[in-house]
Amino acid sequence: MRKFILALALLPALAYAQMVTRDGVTLTPGQEARAEDIGSQLRCLVCQNESIEGSSADLAKQLRVIIRQHVVAGDSNKSIMDYMVQRYGIFVLLKPPFIPLTWALYASPFVGILLGFFGFWLVRRAKVEAPAPLSEADARRLDELLK
Amino acid sequence: MIPELGHFALALAVALAFAQGVIGIFAPGLRDPRAMRAAPALALSHFLAIGAAFLGLIYAGVVSDFTVENVADFSSAAVPLIYRISGTWGNHDGSMVLWCFILSLCGATVAAFGNGLPASLRARVLGVLGLVSGGFLLFTLTVSDPFTRLWPPPLDGAGVNPILQDPGLAFHPPVLYTGYVGFSVAFAFAIAALIEGRIDAAWGRWVRPWALLSWCFLTAGIALGSWWSYYTLGWGGYWFWDPVENAALLPWLTGTALLHCAIVVEKREALKAWTVLLAIATFSLSLSGTFLVRSGILNSVHSFAAAPDQGLFILGLLGLTIGGSLLLFAIRAPVLAATGVYAPLSRESALVLNNIFLCSIATVVFVGTLYPPFVNLLFGIQLSIGAPFFNQTVLPLAGPIILAMGVGPMMAWKRAALLPVLRQLWLAAAVGLLVFLVVAANRHVIAALGLAGGAWVVMAAVTDVAGRIRLFRVSPGVSAARLLALPRAAVGATLGHIGFGMMVLGIAGMTLATQKVIVLVPGQSTELGGYTWTLNDIHDAPGPNFSQRVADISLSENGKVFMTLHPARRFFAAQKVITNTAAIRTNGFQDIYAVFASEPPGSGGAELRLNRHPLAPEIWLGGLVMALGGGISLSDRRLRVGAPARKKPAGAVA
Amino acid sequence: MSPLRRRLLFGIPLAVVVVGGAGFYTILRRMQEDDYDPHALPSPLIGKKLPAFVLPGADGMQGFGNTDLAAPPKPMLVNWFASWCVPCLQEAPMLMKLAKSGLEIWGIAYQDQPGNLANFISANGNPYTRLAADVSGLTAINWGVYGVPETYLIDKQGIVRWRYAGALTDDVVSGTLLPLLQQYA
Repeated sequence: MRKFILALALLPALAYAQMVTRDGVTLTPGQEARAEDIGSQLRCLVCQNESIEGSSADLAKQLRVIIRQHVVAGDSNKSIMDYMVQRYGIFVLLKPPFIPLTWALYASPFVGILLGFFGFWLVRRAKVEAPAPLSEADARRLDELLK
Repeated sequence: MIPELGHFALALAVALAFAQGVIGIFAPGLRDPRAMRAAPALALSHFLAIGAAFLGLIYAGVVSDFTVENVADFSSAAVPLIYRISGTWGNHDGSMVLWCFILSLCGATVAAFGNGLPASLRARVLGVLGLVSGGFLLFTLTVSDPFTRLWPPPLDGAGVNPILQDPGLAFHPPVLYTGYVGFSVAFAFAIAALIEGRIDAAWGRWVRPWALLSWCFLTAGIALGSWWSYYTLGWGGYWFWDPVENAALLPWLTGTALLHCAIVVEKREALKAWTVLLAIATFSLSLSGTFLVRSGILNSVHSFAAAPDQGLFILGLLGLTIGGSLLLFAIRAPVLAATGVYAPLSRESALVLNNIFLCSIATVVFVGTLYPPFVNLLFGIQLSIGAPFFNQTVLPLAGPIILAMGVGPMMAWKRAALLPVLRQLWLAAAVGLLVFLVVAANRHVIAALGLAGGAWVVMAAVTDVAGRIRLFRVSPGVSAARLLALPRAAVGATLGHIGFGMMVLGIAGMTLATQKVIVLVPGQSTELGGYTWTLNDIHDAPGPNFSQRVADISLSENGKVFMTLHPARRFFAAQKVITNTAAIRTNGFQDIYAVFASEPPGSGGAELRLNRHPLAPEIWLGGLVMALGGGISLSDRRLRVGAPARKKPAGAVA
Repeated sequence: MSPLRRRLLFGIPLAVVVVGGAGFYTILRRMQEDDYDPHALPSPLIGKKLPAFVLPGADGMQGFGNTDLAAPPKPMLVNWFASWCVPCLQEAPMLMKLAKSGLEIWGIAYQDQPGNLANFISANGNPYTRLAADVSGLTAINWGVYGVPETYLIDKQGIVRWRYAGALTDDVVSGTLLPLLQQYA
């Protein structure tokens, strides 16, 4: 338990103030964090289902460099994303944009919940009719089983 | 010779499986007791036949018989024995045999230990299992035969894929498959119940141990897979929302829902049709998960590819199994009347809430996984749906589950009062709030929410047990005695919830991970996470069928070295593949994780990925605790698979 | 709930599975007949002019830029390749065949070394009228190239009409490329 509390207390220890160099680009820790955030939302095109940030492919490395150069140049996240989409299409975005094509996708969580509660409500409403009483034989059998 | 015998045994198994299927399903209708008794016998012999085929294939792998194409393509003499064995199921054809073997094992278990079941129910359950098994065995035998011979044989095999030469991945498929396939029994029970047209508490009692057993294996299998990707892929990622991972997560979600609502059937005879649907859905998702990922339709890092015509055969099988069972469901399920009545505020309702949210998550994962191929088919546009999408949609849906998980187990059946329960949980709520405030004060809101949720779940589960054993209100001895006397099912359920809470803590902790990618030359050091990491040396080291370069890194705090790490890069000459072996040291509450990523030419040093992962071990420990909880639950006398045997129900339904 | 509505409700899962199954059947069927690749990635450049670039020549040949491709006399191909790429080696005879048939092909060597490139050309023949080198790989990124080989069809207005990622095969050439060449001739 002691160790656990210690670990919790150490969690926010973000003790790096100096500049970082990643893939040959030097930037501040804040910029690096932003670059990592952008990179983790972009798909590595050579390797299926990995983000640019997590991939060891050459192209991913090159794109990491480009992202960092743009971050250092002060470009916004959106303009960097647009840069990628312009070249590779929306396939490069690991989270697709909210466009008519993806409306159904983004509706799925709400559809799931609404359907669930609707079904629950239907069943409960049907249940108001009196439940069928247990036949005597069934009751005996159930008793025996539940013993 | 042995491969021929294996091949023959496989063919025999097809015949036995179909015989089991046809006799099992139709015998009860004929009211022929001898025919009904034939089903278990066929199930056992069908199991023995596949067992023989499976052993034959393993034998060919062990002795490196390269006249068998499968062995020549996926094994080699230089590979260590364990990987020659596990290589058997490390490819499409071989894994089919393993899959069928486990399915027949399930059938054999029902046959051997199901004496307490009504004879007609047992025959029908075995019949359904036989038909499913027969279909997939036929597929194996006709279009993905692992015993195909090769002549002349090559001098040596192509070798086992280096990625599969890993203890984690050697045992991941059998465990995962057991989880997937185990749900076939719950499925068979559901189909049998639909045929018979009745479901009662006893049915719930028979199904639940099977669902629980499969769930334990599935949980352990997923945890194992996730742990594997954590330590091999080299940057601490443990879940990628890859279609293959989603395919394993989907049956887990519906299976978890099934476990919970089978309790309602057992105790209260409500939610019957829903439980049947979940049993069908869970196995259907397991089937789709195992096979659609092989069809080459989905973009995925893992899994084996199969040819499109194999894909069509499998699609046909899936269509028959899933479509047929859902058709039966549509026709027969409306007659399954519920008998139990409950108030909106009750344990039943809490379990319904759990089901709604688990199934909503399943809906999102299902839609998110299948959306890209269907959009591409209809509109010719490629979409990616990855981690950022799923994190944003799934995590908010997990929130209500986490909240309800604390309260639900303490609510009474039929009609509950919320206030007394909440009064008992004040401590858990306070701990959760405290954790949230401390972490959120450091501006990590998401991590704070996760950690608070995890702490709440764990504390609420502990409070539940403490209340039951009257901890601190009676002497410790009495409490301990009460703890031992608690029903194992309750202990298991509590452990399951604690495990889940631990996993939530781990996942939330990982969002606070600190990492650094840096090139160091020997002698240089860097600071990360409060430690000084020094690269001492890079050297060569020998391996059984690979050569490797090892980095020697030491960690020090306040000038004192307390840990050395040896991440390595392994070079497999046979396949010209380099794998990175991460060095991970854990103290149970955090992982120190180092990867030797490359040796950049001209730098004279090593590119290292250094990570400090707070609470990471809790992700897999949590999974393990969950599976363990399931296991303890299974050992409950009331749930034991053969338990009803001692109280043979009089006048079993026919 | 009326019995009919109840039945319809219980039929929803079946309907979902039937629709899904039909979709998968179509995909697999079309994959089997080779007229559908679920992983094909359409290029955002289709229907547009090429992005601005100027690349130096390689292996003693003349380089080129986007202005050189602004209005070719007839439709032509630009082929991205590299000496270190195995599919490019498989593709080489097909390119030679196309070049001999009179099709204009310009090449861009992606992240290649001069020596290796010269060896590759002398071993596999030279189908290219002009050959440029993209040593840094930055032009490739501007084009949206994500792997070699990739082949682009440029029409007489200098507009990209087609992109194929992977080695050109007989099926692709006769089934897709030749009809397109006729269409834009």
